[in-house]
Amino acid sequence: MADILVYVPESGKHAAEVLTLARSLGDVTAIAFDDQSTALASEYGAAKVYRVTADGVDDYFVEPKATILTDLARQAGPDAFLLPSTDEGKALAARLAVALDNGLLTDVTGLDAEGARQDIFAGATVTASKITKGFTLATVKAGATAAEPAPGEPAVEAVEVRVADADKRVRIAERVDEPAGDRPGLSEADVVVSGGRGVGSAEDFALIERVADALGGAVGASRAATDAGYYPHKFQVGQTGTTVSPQLYVAAGISGAIQHRAGMQTSKVIVAVNKDADAPIFGMADFGVVGDLFEVLPQVLEEAEKRK
Amino acid sequence: MNIVVLVKQVPDSGLARQLDAQLRVDRNGPNNVMGELDEYAVEAALQLKEAHGGEVTVLTLGPDQATETVRKTLAMGADKAVHISDEAAAGSDALATSKLLAAALGRLEWDLVIAGAESTDSGMGVMPHLLAARTGAAAATGARKIDVDGDTITVEHQRDNGYDVLTASLPAIVSVWDTINTPRYPSLKGIMAAKRKSVETLTAADLGVDPSEIGGDAAATEVLSATDRPERTAGQIVTDEGDGGRQLAAFLAAEKFI
Ligand SMILES: Cc1cc2nc3c(=O)[nH]c(=O)nc-3n(C[C@H](O)[C@H](O)[C@H](O)COP(=O)(O)OP(=O)(O)OC[C@H]3O[C@@H](n4cnc5c(N)ncnc54)[C@H](O)[C@@H]3O)c2cc1C
Ligand SMILES: Nc1ncnc2c1ncn2[C@@H]1O[C@H](COP(=O)(O)O)[C@@H](O)[C@H]1O
Repeated sequence: MADILVYVPESGKHAAEVLTLARSLGDVTAIAFDDQSTALASEYGAAKVYRVTADGVDDYFVEPKATILTDLARQAGPDAFLLPSTDEGKALAARLAVALDNGLLTDVTGLDAEGARQDIFAGATVTASKITKGFTLATVKAGATAAEPAPGEPAVEAVEVRVADADKRVRIAERVDEPAGDRPGLSEADVVVSGGRGVGSAEDFALIERVADALGGAVGASRAATDAGYYPHKFQVGQTGTTVSPQLYVAAGISGAIQHRAGMQTSKVIVAVNKDADAPIFGMADFGVVGDLFEVLPQVLEEAEKRK
Repeated sequence: MNIVVLVKQVPDSGLARQLDAQLRVDRNGPNNVMGELDEYAVEAALQLKEAHGGEVTVLTLGPDQATETVRKTLAMGADKAVHISDEAAAGSDALATSKLLAAALGRLEWDLVIAGAESTDSGMGVMPHLLAARTGAAAATGARKIDVDGDTITVEHQRDNGYDVLTASLPAIVSVWDTINTPRYPSLKGIMAAKRKSVETLTAADLGVDPSEIGGDAAATEVLSATDRPERTAGQIVTDEGDGGRQLAAFLAAEKFI
């Protein structure tokens, strides 16, 4: 059996997906820095957990964890080391790659004997790649696999580390959370309702919010909408925003530029409302309405209310 | 304060892009542009220079035609440029690219390096940390805001659900998102002035990097195959004639979303 190391940060669904993917490749050893991550690793079938305690590790950016992961990788000599494709996961993977002079793949959407799959060119092309130097070091994109629990009782090995002064270069002086409110998180939601420039104003995004609430979904926005200040940037879907892969994606007043499609084209069902019959978004919609979103969406809300 | 900005020429992400016969990004097409996030890095560097003085040097690794991208940054207001151009570097992966860029950084005097958060072709978003690991500089990446006070840099690191305030001492490497500023357009005066600015062209040998460590043959990753994703096809498109919303609701009900 292959030995697979997985870095498990506290964040739920994405880490669970990486653990699930890792399990399909071999015996999983998770690296956890807190009890939540340890519990997640047990729930998703890790055979072993390195439970790391390192005083002050969370006060500094990336470097302390990178050093600890490097040491554990040296010790474990894995066949693969998987991390979630987040800013932190990628930064850690980059530092592992330099420290171990090991190849590196990011934003992997699948991994098996055939290689690591990646979407390139905003998803227009799918590649399979492998690492030719060292073990398979890869960051795994959110949504790559469906998380499947496999509860077990992993052997937990306590690892105690002192954070080296050399790793204290970048201090995290403050963490500011901007709560998402009552709606589901954008990247985890089953339904995403996004508004674009066609929504026209910040006030009118309330209509998008009402449709999202009626469908139990999250609100998204195109870059034109976030740039115009209609909705906060953290809700941007696309190449420089969040990638979503929900069961249902509703695009209202969005033209469907390549960079927007990059962030939503793997959605299961896509629905579009746009005044312009030639908008590219219709080319990928399972159902589209050519019309004014201010006429169409209120009618959808009425009907949804009736069907409750 | 001396700043190095990292820019990469990429095929325009708004147009169709291809891999070449060797499964590398085709860089010979007519639609190459400066990496779209790198424009924000150039703007951030120019603003910091305007506030604190010093010099802005542009550093790029890429084929000859990347000169166009270099010219654009000089026209925006960067002072000089270093262009690493070497046939042997073609096909370099991120690790090899970082060796060459780190070697060039080793020859320059800088307090701050500013990069884009990710390139828009390979889009790995790893270069700043690869370079930090090689140079030993502090890395505060993914910035939506940068402040420098004396030799302390403060960065707001953008996250999905908020931000972290990071502080470090210079020298540091930062990368920026498109939320940080609005890049300026080159002025006519800038374009004229750019013609007189110095562009140093270097090879791997000039940088003391062994050619056997770079390029396709030395790559630690290999692309095995590439396939075009089947385009999604359009389903049912209706024109609203007063009941478009009801039709949409019927579709959503049939799919069990309402
Ligand atoms: C490097 C780079 C990264 C990028 N990253 C992203 C990204 O992450 N996400 C992203 O979304 N974009 C991104 N973009 C921008 C992208 O190219 C487009 O500019 C953007 O997606 C357009 O947003 P939009 O569709 O809302 O606006 P537009 O293209 O202006 O489209 C608005 C649409 O609304 C329709 N409309 C207007 N009024 C109404 C109405 N009352 N009812 C119905 N329809 C109406 C119009 O017909 C039009 O089709 C990026 C660009 C670059 C260069
Ligand atoms: N060949 C290159 N030359 C100069 N800068 C680069 C190069 N490749 C990457 N960079 C810089 O590193 C950033 C992140 O790149 P990447 O890790 O490829 O996504 C880019 O936005 C550039 O600022």
